[in-house]
Order: sequence, then structure tokens, then C-alpha cells
Amino acid sequence: MSKLAFRNVWVEYGSKIVLEKVDLEVADGAFVSIIGPSGAGKSTFLRLALGQEAPTRGAILLDGEPLSPEPGPDRGVVFQRYSVFPHMNALDNVTFGLDCAGSPLRGRLGGKARKQAREAAKALLARVGLEHNFKTYPRALSGGMQQRLALAQALITRPRILLLDEPFGALDPGVRLDMHALITELWTEHKLTILMVTHDIKEAFKLGTRVVAFDKRRHDPQAPHRYGSTAVYDFPLDDKKSRAVPPVLKALVSAP
Amino acid sequence: MRRLLNARPRVGGRLLLGLLPILALVLLYLVVATARHTENPRDKITPIPAAMAAGIQTMAFEADPRTGEVPLVADTKASLQRLGVAVGLAAATTLVLGLTIGLLPYVRASLGPLVATISVIPPIAVLPILFIVFGLGETSKIVLIFVGITPVMVRDLATHVAAIPEEQIVKAQTLGASTWLTLLRVALPQALPRLIDSLRLSLCPAWVYLISAEAIASDVGLGYRIFLVRRYLAMDIILPYVVWISLLAVIMDLALQAWSRTSFAWAHPPRNAR
Repeated sequence: MSKLAFRNVWVEYGSKIVLEKVDLEVADGAFVSIIGPSGAGKSTFLRLALGQEAPTRGAILLDGEPLSPEPGPDRGVVFQRYSVFPHMNALDNVTFGLDCAGSPLRGRLGGKARKQAREAAKALLARVGLEHNFKTYPRALSGGMQQRLALAQALITRPRILLLDEPFGALDPGVRLDMHALITELWTEHKLTILMVTHDIKEAFKLGTRVVAFDKRRHDPQAPHRYGSTAVYDFPLDDKKSRAVPPVLKALVSAP
Repeated sequence: MRRLLNARPRVGGRLLLGLLPILALVLLYLVVATARHTENPRDKITPIPAAMAAGIQTMAFEADPRTGEVPLVADTKASLQRLGVAVGLAAATTLVLGLTIGLLPYVRASLGPLVATISVIPPIAVLPILFIVFGLGETSKIVLIFVGITPVMVRDLATHVAAIPEEQIVKAQTLGASTWLTLLRVALPQALPRLIDSLRLSLCPAWVYLISAEAIASDVGLGYRIFLVRRYLAMDIILPYVVWISLLAVIMDLALQAWSRTSFAWAHPPRNAR
């Protein structure tokens, strides 16, 4: 059954059309990579899924219900930067989600609940490889470790959908490979549905079960802003054989 | 030869370099004071150390026969009380207004212009209004300091809170945080070190307003005393008072800095000695 559905979604800023006629269904448990040239509305699309922005026209449905128009705990997110709170140590960053759920007034759990939350957070931190950094503040963590922390932080509330906005874009190639392995494992373990925006086309095809490319279908040289982007290519990747990057895309997505 | 901009003094050298200009100034004063004293032993403009010591003796160690109190102690107590109450109120107000204006678009739209307008009014210009409305007692002095420093602090904190990356605010919401919890656990802790910084900077104008208010209408206080003895050209009292005020200001600044460094270590990245 389909989980997240975009029905004829348009996003317009005044006379500028960013996204037009986006029709997309994301199945439960899919790992969708979203690619496209700069300014093709990838990030806008993710903001829609996040609820950070509402479509000008059309509807976004989650299990048949209209998506709430603001970010909520059913959709986790990891951004390229600023994903973790600089004033909390790693452990507090991860327990934050549980604190919010269990203590709406003080934002801090107490007693037994606090102990349980800390145990759960420690387990998750150990899972992403940060078992030696419970008390470390994000500033003292490397870029890759910060993204590991951000993943643990997002997963503690057991979101149904995980949104990744160029999560590995700022990392070294070696660290990036480790993170690819980690995200694939977490995706299976937590039975997540993932939408990932990326600039790296190889990454898109390596990780995704489906690759969606955004671009403008039509160009008006006199008024380039009057046509928006939409999902121009949609590749399901059912087996390993199809994971080579199609030539048509190499032309579409040049180096970032 | 290394470029001048790359040459750095060592720790000990830095201390020495910092002390040198101060010592030079003290020395210069002593030379001038001694020269003037030898020419005219009754000179009051540049008292020699012995005269200042006598001034300090009467003000800081002997009770005033009229009030029964040691003047310096009474003045310091009165001034610090005014300053403390005003700065405390200013900090509390700044925290509430700065956080809400910075975080909530509706509060920003309704209160932002008002705060911006108030902050451009020169506080001393409203001092007569304060005297008329609140009388010549403690209230008008406290209100002057409060009105003088709060608007700028509110604007600074609101700007700082508004500059918290959007990603953090969105992230908090995806983790289930309400408006209240985002304010309490994301914005507030990040605002506090900035508030302390802002307080440190605001202490300077706060002292200016305190001394002004005390100079105009008061019967006790550091500013009152300075302006009182000015009539007798009592530099032997004014100079020690100014040094004392500077010392108090420096201690407050260092205390706030230490508080920020110990309580909000995450906000103070280790710096290279430069």
C-alpha cells in the first residue's frame, strides 16, 4: 500500500513556478533518491514532505490523510548541517525526542522514565558508533560523527519517514562510504521509508530502491521562471543489475 | 624577518606588555603631581599619593559624624543596589522579550517596531519625565538605568535568537517539540550566553546612567559623592572614587565572563592564543 502520495502538487512564489504537476507515490519501505540540477526544486520537494512549506495547489497525503502542514514527529529529518543542537551533549541530543514526548511542560524526563530514555539513547548511539562520545558536545565531533549523531537523534522517536537533505554532502569520500553502509543498515533495521536529496548521482543509485530526477520539462527562454520543475525521470531499481547510472541522467546531472 | 602581524608575545610577555602602558600612565601622573606639589604645596588639582591616602582614610575608614556611616561603604551599597535591581530587571525583561520576539513571528510583528523605536530615544532625555512621574527617590534612578539598557539588549537577543539556524527549529519540531519546548530547550539555552555577553557590554552605559541620576538628585551613592566633593575641587577624593568604580566594573565584568565560561562551556570554543 502506498504511504506518501503527492497529487498534482504545484509550488509557486508569486509569478515564479518552482514545482509543477508533481504526481508521485512513495511506497512503504522505499528508499527514494532525489536528484536533479541546482534550482530544480529538490529541496522544495523535501520541504513539502517535511511540512515546512505547503503546496500552492494539489495535495500531499500520508496514508490517505492530508499531511499536517508543519513538521511533526512522524517525519524525521537529517540536514547537511545544523542538524544537532550545539548546546547539548551527544546523549542529550538523542534523548531530546523522548523528553519532548514524555514531558510536555518541562521538556525533561525524570526518575525511571529518564533512566529508560538514557538507556535507549545510549543503545542507539552505540549502534551508530558513538559509544565513546556520550558526553561530547557536537562542536568536538567530526563532520561524519555529527551526522551519525543526527541520525541517532532522528531515529529515537521511531519516525515512519526519514527525510535526508544532502546528508553526506559535506563529508570526506571515505567517511561517506561508511555512512552509506550505516544508513542502509538503519533503513532495514528500522523499516524506514527514506527520501534522500543528493547531488551525488552515484550515491543516489547505490543507496536507493528508486531514483527520481527533478528538472524542468519545458523552457521558455523569455520567461524561464514561468515553467516549474517536476519529476522527469523515475527509475525503480529492483535488482543490483539496474544500478548503473543511465546515460540520459549523466547529461541531466552534471557535477554539483 | 617575520611579518609584524605574525609575531606573537608569550603569555608572560603579554601580561608585561599589558601592564606597561598602565605603569607609564601612573608614572607620568606621579611626575606631574610631584612637580606641581613642589611648586605649590596647596595644589588640589593633582594630589600627591599622601594626600590621596588621607582622602581615602576619611572616606573609607572613618564614619561620617552626621550619618554615623562610613561614606564609601554607604555609597557603594546604595549604588550597587540601584545597579543590581535595574540590571536584574533588564536581564529578566530581555530574556522574555528577546526570546519571544526572536522566535515567534507574531510577537516580532507586534513588538519589534516598538522596541526599535524606544531604543533610539536618548534615555537622559526622558530623565526629567522619570523624576516627575516617579519622584526623586530610588524608583526613578532604577527606571533610568532600566530604560537605558533594556531596549538595546532586547534587540540584540532577539536578533541572536532569530539567527538560530532554521534547521534546528525544524529538527526540534520533528522530534515532537511544541512552541514552548522549542523556546525552553532550544532557544533559551542558546540565548543565555549571549545575554551574559550583552550584560557585560550594557554595564558600561548602566554605570553612566547610574552616576548621572545620582549626580542630579540623590543624597547617597558613588556618583552623588563625586559630584558633591567636586565643589571643593577635592581631587584627592574624586580620583580614588573613580578608581574604586572602575575596580567594581572590572570585577563585575570578570564575574560575568567566568559565569559564562563555566556554565556555558559549549559556547566558548577553545581559541588559539592570538
